[in-house]
Amino acid sequence: MAGIGGAVTTGRKARWTVLNVLVVAYALVPVLWIVSLSFKTKETLGDGNFIPRAWTFDNYKAIFSTTEFVRALVNSIGIALIATAVAVVFGTMAAYAIARLDFPGKRLLVGVSLLIAMFPQISLVSPLFEIERSLGLFDTWPGLILPYITFALPLAIYTLSAFFREIPWELEKAAKMDGATPGQAFRRVIAPLAAPGVFTTAILVFIFCWNDFLFAISLTSTEQSRTVPVALSFFTGSSQFEDPTGSIAAAAVVITIPIILFVLFFQRRIVAGLTSGAVKG
Amino acid sequence: MAEIVLDSVTKQYPDGAVAVRDVDIEIADGEFIILVGPSGCGKSTTLNMIAGLEDITSGELRIGGERVNERAPKDRDIAMVFQSYALYPHMTVKENMAFPLRLAKVDDATVEKKVRDAAEILDLTQHLDRKPSNLSGGQRQRVAMGRAIVRNPKAFLMDEPLSNLDAKLRVQMRTSVSRLQKQLGTTTVYVTHDQTEAMTLGDRVVVMRGGAVQQIGAPQFLYDNPANLFVAGFIGSPAMNFVPAALEHGVLRSALGDVPLTDRVRGLLEGADAPREVIMGLRPEHFEDARLVDEAVRAKGVTFTDHVDVLESMGSDKFAYFSLQGEQATSAELAELAADAGAADVPGGGVSLVARIAATSTAVEGEPADIWFDADKVQLFDPANGRNLTYSG
Repeated sequence: MAGIGGAVTTGRKARWTVLNVLVVAYALVPVLWIVSLSFKTKETLGDGNFIPRAWTFDNYKAIFSTTEFVRALVNSIGIALIATAVAVVFGTMAAYAIARLDFPGKRLLVGVSLLIAMFPQISLVSPLFEIERSLGLFDTWPGLILPYITFALPLAIYTLSAFFREIPWELEKAAKMDGATPGQAFRRVIAPLAAPGVFTTAILVFIFCWNDFLFAISLTSTEQSRTVPVALSFFTGSSQFEDPTGSIAAAAVVITIPIILFVLFFQRRIVAGLTSGAVKG
Repeated sequence: MAEIVLDSVTKQYPDGAVAVRDVDIEIADGEFIILVGPSGCGKSTTLNMIAGLEDITSGELRIGGERVNERAPKDRDIAMVFQSYALYPHMTVKENMAFPLRLAKVDDATVEKKVRDAAEILDLTQHLDRKPSNLSGGQRQRVAMGRAIVRNPKAFLMDEPLSNLDAKLRVQMRTSVSRLQKQLGTTTVYVTHDQTEAMTLGDRVVVMRGGAVQQIGAPQFLYDNPANLFVAGFIGSPAMNFVPAALEHGVLRSALGDVPLTDRVRGLLEGADAPREVIMGLRPEHFEDARLVDEAVRAKGVTFTDHVDVLESMGSDKFAYFSLQGEQATSAELAELAADAGAADVPGGGVSLVARIAATSTAVEGEPADIWFDADKVQLFDPANGRNLTYSG
């Protein structure tokens, strides 16, 4: 019996491995292509080879030698981190309230936040542009952070309230009976259990802020607050006739790295099944 | 340790629904009291009000002589064991048990000692460093108990702590809960829907129905002298048999034949202002195979003959089931009990009678059998309000 079972498992394993490799390859080809482009010299850029014939770091040197890109990178990191932190903190509190409390207007609040998330962003760009100009927020960090928080909060509230609902309410009651204040119960029992949810949300919100192009191009005008996706679109060669493809490829690779780091760093904290064993089962 | 007094405690929800109505219970210091009743009877709400997890709408709750209505759970110094155990999954057994002490800012050495002691009592010493997810149901249950006993609270509140265990373990844990409570001597309020736990564990039992207390008393007293139909039907397994009967000229006319009123029953009935139509209640153990009863004893009871539908042999004795002719006894209490027992979900429920007879009986399934019952043991109830007409409390 064991032999037959083992054979079946091995066959299955092989099939799954092939399938997985295919899917991953399909997803990674464009990424590898841009990596390959970023290492090519100007002359070989258009030769169509997947693996560069001549390797060079010139493209990377070039983008880091301009303040345009470095400044944009600082802006991107700063704006995305602040927006993520604020959205996650407020999102956690709001989601906890939504998951735990019954208060008048709860459905309305959830409905409206969903509405905001679904609102086509393009239709808000012009009003936001006018509002931010008259408030003096145009082309500043807060000018981008605020709309990012607005659009990230519904996402955060949604993801987090799903996580909070998973946590048995009895744990909180138990903490209260054990002598905890509501604050202690939240900090020492609920928050540690919601941590995977918080990290998941943080990743999602960070990616949303990091990738945004629409707001960033509409609500900025100078290097002072321009983020990387926008800065990329302003790349030109050293002369009007030069093709910036190599620099764009290098910049594209560079801006992928923080996302990868961010995901890898937080992924380890997303431990599935953290609440198992809390209640019967 | 302290006594707990509920003084006409009422819980009304904002939507107007009354979950608990005018409950008066005085729980003595060190007493083990059971709140029992079908689901939705308000027993858990009552417990939560004692715990402070739910507000008291009106009435007063005193613990150790002090009014605690407005105090937060943490200021009442009581511990609770939840049905789901509610262990903190991110903490080890040790951390779980130490949690109340840490919150109380007890120094490390004392925490260590108290957790060790509690683990010793509950036989958890070798599991202290494990997480709840790696424990069995019974072990988790013990950790939940450990978390409660570790800080010597004034009282324990237990909300169906054994209902998630499998049947065998539940019986074991039942005895150990009982032993633990005796050993610690801490006032305990225990909520259950299981009448066996109620009968076996408590010093006194509070039977609740629809948010109101039906009767409070020692388990045996409730069994022998139920105040009404509901208590009579709820306490006891298999449940008391209810047969409609009519009081005519000092005789009870029923599907089991004419039952003469004994002096005891007649005496109790006199002051009770009994209606003509009554419900006759008979415990299964008050029946016997007529062939095994002496002539002299037989005269004190009634013998009837009926087909045995099902005969279950328990080894020590036999349960004989009969279908009775005639009307089924009806009342609001009995309907509620039937609903709680899920009788409506069992096809062909009908009117049946359970008799617990000696294992030596020669009754055969599907054959008629002569069954005798003790006329002096009948209890009579008023179908209109469920009152026990033969109550001698």
